[in-house]
Amino acid sequence: MKKFLYTLIFTFLLGALFTGVALAQGNNPPTDDEVNAVAHKLYCPVCESTPLDVCPTEACHDWRELIRTMLAEGKTEDEIIKHFEEQYGARVLAEPPKEGFYWLVYLLPPAVILAGAVVLFRSLKEWTKPKAAAPVSGGAGGASSSSAEKDEYVTRLEEELKKQK
Amino acid sequence: MFAEFGYGILVVSFIVAIYSVFAAVYGATSKSAAMVESARRSMLLMFPLISLSAAALIYLLVNNHFEVAFVYEVTSRSMPTYLKVTAWWGGQAGSLVFWSWLLAAFASAVTIRKWERDIEFLPWVIVICSTTLIFFLGMVVVFENPFTRFWLVNGNVEPHMFAPANATLFTAGDGNGLNPLLRHPGMVIHPPMLYLGFVSYVIPYAFAMAALITGRTDDRWIRLTRRWSLWAWLFLSFGLVLGGRWAYDVLGWGGYWGWDPVEIAAFMPWLTGTAFLHSVMIQEKRGLLKHWNMILVILTYALVIFGTFLTRSGVLSSVHAFANSPIGPFFMGFVTLSLVVSIALVIWRWPMLRGETEMKSMLSREALFLLNNLLFMSVLVICFWGVIFPLVSELFTGQKVTVGPPFYERATAPIFAALMFLMGVAPLSAWGHSTIQTLGRAMWKSALAAAIITAVLFATYTQNYIALIGFFLIALVLLVTFQEFWRAARARQRAQSENFLTSLTRLMGRNRRRYGGYIIHISMMLMAIGILGIEIFQKETQGSLKQGDQLDIGGYTVEYRELASWDDSGKGVNFTRATIDVYKNGIYLGELNPRIDYYFDSQQNMTIPGNRSTFRDDLYVLLVDWQPVSSMGATFKIFVNPLVNWLWIGSLLFLVGIIFAAWPDRDPAEEPVRVARKANQTSAAD
Repeated sequence: MKKFLYTLIFTFLLGALFTGVALAQGNNPPTDDEVNAVAHKLYCPVCESTPLDVCPTEACHDWRELIRTMLAEGKTEDEIIKHFEEQYGARVLAEPPKEGFYWLVYLLPPAVILAGAVVLFRSLKEWTKPKAAAPVSGGAGGASSSSAEKDEYVTRLEEELKKQK
Repeated sequence: MFAEFGYGILVVSFIVAIYSVFAAVYGATSKSAAMVESARRSMLLMFPLISLSAAALIYLLVNNHFEVAFVYEVTSRSMPTYLKVTAWWGGQAGSLVFWSWLLAAFASAVTIRKWERDIEFLPWVIVICSTTLIFFLGMVVVFENPFTRFWLVNGNVEPHMFAPANATLFTAGDGNGLNPLLRHPGMVIHPPMLYLGFVSYVIPYAFAMAALITGRTDDRWIRLTRRWSLWAWLFLSFGLVLGGRWAYDVLGWGGYWGWDPVEIAAFMPWLTGTAFLHSVMIQEKRGLLKHWNMILVILTYALVIFGTFLTRSGVLSSVHAFANSPIGPFFMGFVTLSLVVSIALVIWRWPMLRGETEMKSMLSREALFLLNNLLFMSVLVICFWGVIFPLVSELFTGQKVTVGPPFYERATAPIFAALMFLMGVAPLSAWGHSTIQTLGRAMWKSALAAAIITAVLFATYTQNYIALIGFFLIALVLLVTFQEFWRAARARQRAQSENFLTSLTRLMGRNRRRYGGYIIHISMMLMAIGILGIEIFQKETQGSLKQGDQLDIGGYTVEYRELASWDDSGKGVNFTRATIDVYKNGIYLGELNPRIDYYFDSQQNMTIPGNRSTFRDDLYVLLVDWQPVSSMGATFKIFVNPLVNWLWIGSLLFLVGIIFAAWPDRDPAEEPVRVARKANQTSAAD
């Protein structure tokens, strides 16, 4: 009797366990939107520059199904992305990982742009510095005189119109 | 016979191009007008020659000559004739001939103009155009010959131009057919537009180099090529817009721009071209930035060549492809050589390119234009580095990486915002001098109104701060620009005693470039509304529906009604078309028919969305998958793209703006060259 009871409890527990797993899967099958949300962050390793969620090829369809299976297994988005990265390399990520050599992709443009900005502002400063010795050629200062106080644009426009009359 | 004829003509054109370079250089250096004229005539001969060769290629394409490898690759019997003609630029070899043909046409157009006042430029313009032609024709003649035929040699089919020993001509029964993605009306004109833009930029570059070589470094070259630059920009912009629309219609991912290397390839010369359009005005008005304009036009030319190859060849898709492709090194060599020679010329003429006046204020229009140039160059740096980084990474680490949209979007969004702000400020600043006070006085009303609009949007539409910043900037630029139209037209109305509309039209007619530019600014803001809408507020969902099932998204309800599948053997396509009913708030709006076209010849699918478009949003439905029995269900991907229509409306207005600015009125070359500039004589126009 005791043995029967133990068997019953064991069977019940085992049953509960499997039912639990089955319920967990059955209750929350990943939706297409959940699959696409992960797939959107991955790039097809074969078709260049195409995110996995919109790539129409058969291979990408299979990869989306793999994502669905992994989500159903309870894997998180990060784990799935990591899995794809390990399987196919960093090229499946939407952008290079922020590590080692790949930092260059993030750091070089701001460095170049900053250098450009510095050169531009230094040149501007130099150009706008008043040069006592050199007379302003071509009377370029005409526009800058007292007209700053008036509405320059309208004044110039009216001058032009007068000329055209 | 047509293949030999076409190829023979290409070889003759190649030789004529080489001759014209030598004749032009000899004529210019020995001051021999006869030799220069000979060079000019050989340049003129190029267009009919390449036209003949192109005609031979089109004949082969249209008449199913599948013994020709190129014809086999890009056409099939089931394709309609007009698509067989457009297949000319559907593959690399043909598109190189197309490029050469366009350049020959443009160069001929340039060489038949009146040259009296600028005769010293002529031989050097010929040298640059012909050298570019030599490069492209050389590529076609040596590496990428569209007339290569299939030969049966010892049981194997091999591509050769001429018959190898013991070989017989091999003709395939049918061709591969053009990539289905390219069989769209948009694709028929999208590549030619881009190429027109690319090729047109060769002309300003040729004049710039001629100016450097001859030492005539005033702004004459800029005045001579002003319209070329504008038309080049028009074609390139039109090409980009068409590409976006085509992507939206046939690529089936609900977007218009994916930061793909091929898109960026066309975008980069547009960036330098746009910077050039602005900075060139500083040289015209103030005699400044001569070095910089030279550098911009050189960069644009180099990016045009770079873009042509990135678009078609695939040589830059990997280090491996580059190393294995015979054209890879040839092309890199040409880009490098043209950059080195051009920059060397700039350095040689550096002292002659000094500014004629000085910059007076950090807030003057010229200073703000410079800032605009810095921003355009910043976007260029990001794009260029993003495009070549996968190669750099592969070269140094052996690992290829993807540089995708998140990288570009994050990096360029603040720069585009800054550019929008500049669009709001720069039209109010004056050439020569502006101060915070003058700018503030001119701007405060518009800024206040923009802030009120933003507050209303915050209360009624969105709390997303990025969208709010965007909407504020859009409102600011629109208000400032409208204010500019208003103020100038009112001033003219008062001065001329005309009615407002007459004043406005006459004012705009007299200052086409300025007001064309403003129309372009307005159109850019309309496009920005569409971009903000789709980038920030896009919603998407996907689901499998049985007949009669519904799916809700963004206020719409979509109900799957039926699915039909049939073959159209005449077109060589299987169509699978779903019918879905669309409701909003319980009201029936109509049906949509997303479909998938399967092309038998190339064994490729094309996903055509069903799209319901309004000013408020687009409901964009894709058929993703379906069950063999239609009642069992089908899978749909549905996007709601708010405000995206403004992108297309803005694009149309954009074209109107450029055409308005570029429309020929009087010949700018006839305008007197200003030797000494007087800012007080500088008209408010332009």
